[in-house]
Amino acid sequence: MTTRIHVPRDAAARSLGADATARAILAEGQRRGLDIEVVRNGSRGLLWLEPLVEVTTPAGRIAYGPVTPQDVPGLFDAGFITGAKHALSHGPTQEIPYFKNQERLTFARVGITDPRSLEDYIAHGGYRGLKNALDMEPAAIVAAVTTSGLRGRGGAAFPAGIKWKTVLGASADQKYIVCNADEGDSGTFSDRMVMEGDPFVLIEGMTIAGVAVGATRGYIYLRWEYPDANAALKAAIAAASEKHYLGENILGTGKRFDLEVRSGAGAYVCGEETSLLESLESKRGMVRFKPPLPAIQGLFGKPTVINNVITLASVPIILDQGADHYQHFGMGRSRGTLPIQLAGNIKHGGLVEKAFGVTLRELLYDYGGGSLSGRPIRTVQVGGPLGAYLPESQFDVKLDYEAFTEIKGMLGHGGIVVFDDTVDMAAQARYAMEFCAIESCGKCTPCRIGSTRGMEVIDRLIAGNNPAKQEKLLRDLCDTMTFGSLCALGGLTAYPVLSAINHFPEDFVTSARTRVPA
Amino acid sequence: MSKVQIVNTSALGPMISRVQTDAVLSICAQLKSIAAPLIPILHAVQEQIGFVPKEAVPLIARELNLSIAEVHGVVSFYHYFRQDPGGRHIVHLCRAEACQAVGAPALEAHAKRSLGVDFHGTTRDGAIRLEPVYCLGNCALGPSIMIDHELHGRVSAQRFDELIKDTRADAAGKR
Repeated sequence: MTTRIHVPRDAAARSLGADATARAILAEGQRRGLDIEVVRNGSRGLLWLEPLVEVTTPAGRIAYGPVTPQDVPGLFDAGFITGAKHALSHGPTQEIPYFKNQERLTFARVGITDPRSLEDYIAHGGYRGLKNALDMEPAAIVAAVTTSGLRGRGGAAFPAGIKWKTVLGASADQKYIVCNADEGDSGTFSDRMVMEGDPFVLIEGMTIAGVAVGATRGYIYLRWEYPDANAALKAAIAAASEKHYLGENILGTGKRFDLEVRSGAGAYVCGEETSLLESLESKRGMVRFKPPLPAIQGLFGKPTVINNVITLASVPIILDQGADHYQHFGMGRSRGTLPIQLAGNIKHGGLVEKAFGVTLRELLYDYGGGSLSGRPIRTVQVGGPLGAYLPESQFDVKLDYEAFTEIKGMLGHGGIVVFDDTVDMAAQARYAMEFCAIESCGKCTPCRIGSTRGMEVIDRLIAGNNPAKQEKLLRDLCDTMTFGSLCALGGLTAYPVLSAINHFPEDFVTSARTRVPA
Repeated sequence: MSKVQIVNTSALGPMISRVQTDAVLSICAQLKSIAAPLIPILHAVQEQIGFVPKEAVPLIARELNLSIAEVHGVVSFYHYFRQDPGGRHIVHLCRAEACQAVGAPALEAHAKRSLGVDFHGTTRDGAIRLEPVYCLGNCALGPSIMIDHELHGRVSAQRFDELIKDTRADAAGKR
């Protein structure tokens, strides 16, 4: 009987040599005359163990990792194709605590299935949501999404159902579904993992959205930095089209939905929805004034649903298992689950999907295992480059949109970047301003000019040039940027800057500074 | 870079080769009927030629019935589009926070020193161009770099040198 061995094709696994590991396993198996098959799956999200190789045995899938090509002969000698013990063995993947204690709804199939196989997707519950949706009235589909409590996972946390309802109610000769796959926040990779590891779930979610609001055309706006996701999506779109899950007559219902991937070109601001729409129209990614809302006048001036990858990829399970099932997870007004990404200086970095309500401390220590360097964790930045730096005293906050707003933070896209005690918070504050200056679209003055002035003020502050005056000026500038900017880029840059100076004022005192900022 | 005949295409600018002109026109012909074709065309041009030649801008503008300013505006807005030749291979080095937390600033300094270039610069042998990038989505395994379209994680200074050496070794064959 053929032994099935999984070696991820996820970009993170490949960045540590998964391709070479896969080749070595195939070659060694052939050399020994063994009947093996190598499947390139998505990543399970236990990224510190990549390349994580799994062998299918009667007792389930047994994990070995990290496996380099040099480890392969030894693994065969130990009998790993029957799931035998080895120094790199972690036992059954499902039983690894990091994985076992998660609540995987959106990521239910990621790492388990072959992302190139539509059959595998369907065998693992795929397209049940679309089939249900095709039997429902459009308003009922929208109502299900509203009832589920699903909020935009890109960062703004706007209720998805409300957006959809507006587009459903708009009359136009053409409507669009746009997927925001411009995952630019540092510390985030959940969109990438879904697109590479289970692309069909995003396609299904977008198709359901199209059926729900009467849109016949969809675009995935994908950042150029994700070539593997691009290949995975294109292969999946071709496979789904061939079997009539996409195209002019979806599953014989006469409903149409066409889908296309468009590449971004390296502009962080294009993650902002109106800037993204401009970019999809092949223009400069300049932020638009709102109103009109994209739901009324979006892509090419037509009513448009624009949602993040995770939002759309969470729709199939809602339509499959029911809104109540999804809604049952979470706390307060944050319903369902959040795929959290543990990043930066963390021992066990990776993807943890949990219901809202888990605390930062649980994530950092129970899952993350503390810092990678072994030094104390001094701060974490949650929610990308526009998120606040939180001190240890706030690590008991629960992951919940409202709880984060209360502490002047932002959950954003669920990325957590960990820093140990060697971090220079003045340098981080300066970088926040620098990043805003590099990525500003230039449309509004507080963002375009304020960010450069912000760098200069921080430079003078840490140089000890009349620091009290500089700090007052910096706070005043942050206030102007917060209230005067057109979009979140200028509007939220104050979060990392002010949180750094409020929680770590000692790093801004010239005489106490032992390092020169980069 | 292929050795091609340099011709004067007068109105279109002085220094664009016949091969490049043909490539740009053929890409335009292929893509101009899709919705909002400009950015897809720019991607295709850069993929094929290695950059977006300044002389290609009026050509594309003419084919799409846009003004030269509109096309130039788009090319110059996006960090990814390069307007000057140089570098048979592009090394994108991540400068974002998650990589900063695990030593990206030191890697950046090493990269610049060992290659002898600043960001946007090309090594003297023409093999490597160094570019900054703000997140490659490999944030649990930084510092990260991307060489052409290949992602590499946990890149130490030593690993960086090995990767550059390998890249230089096959630099002769590409582009």
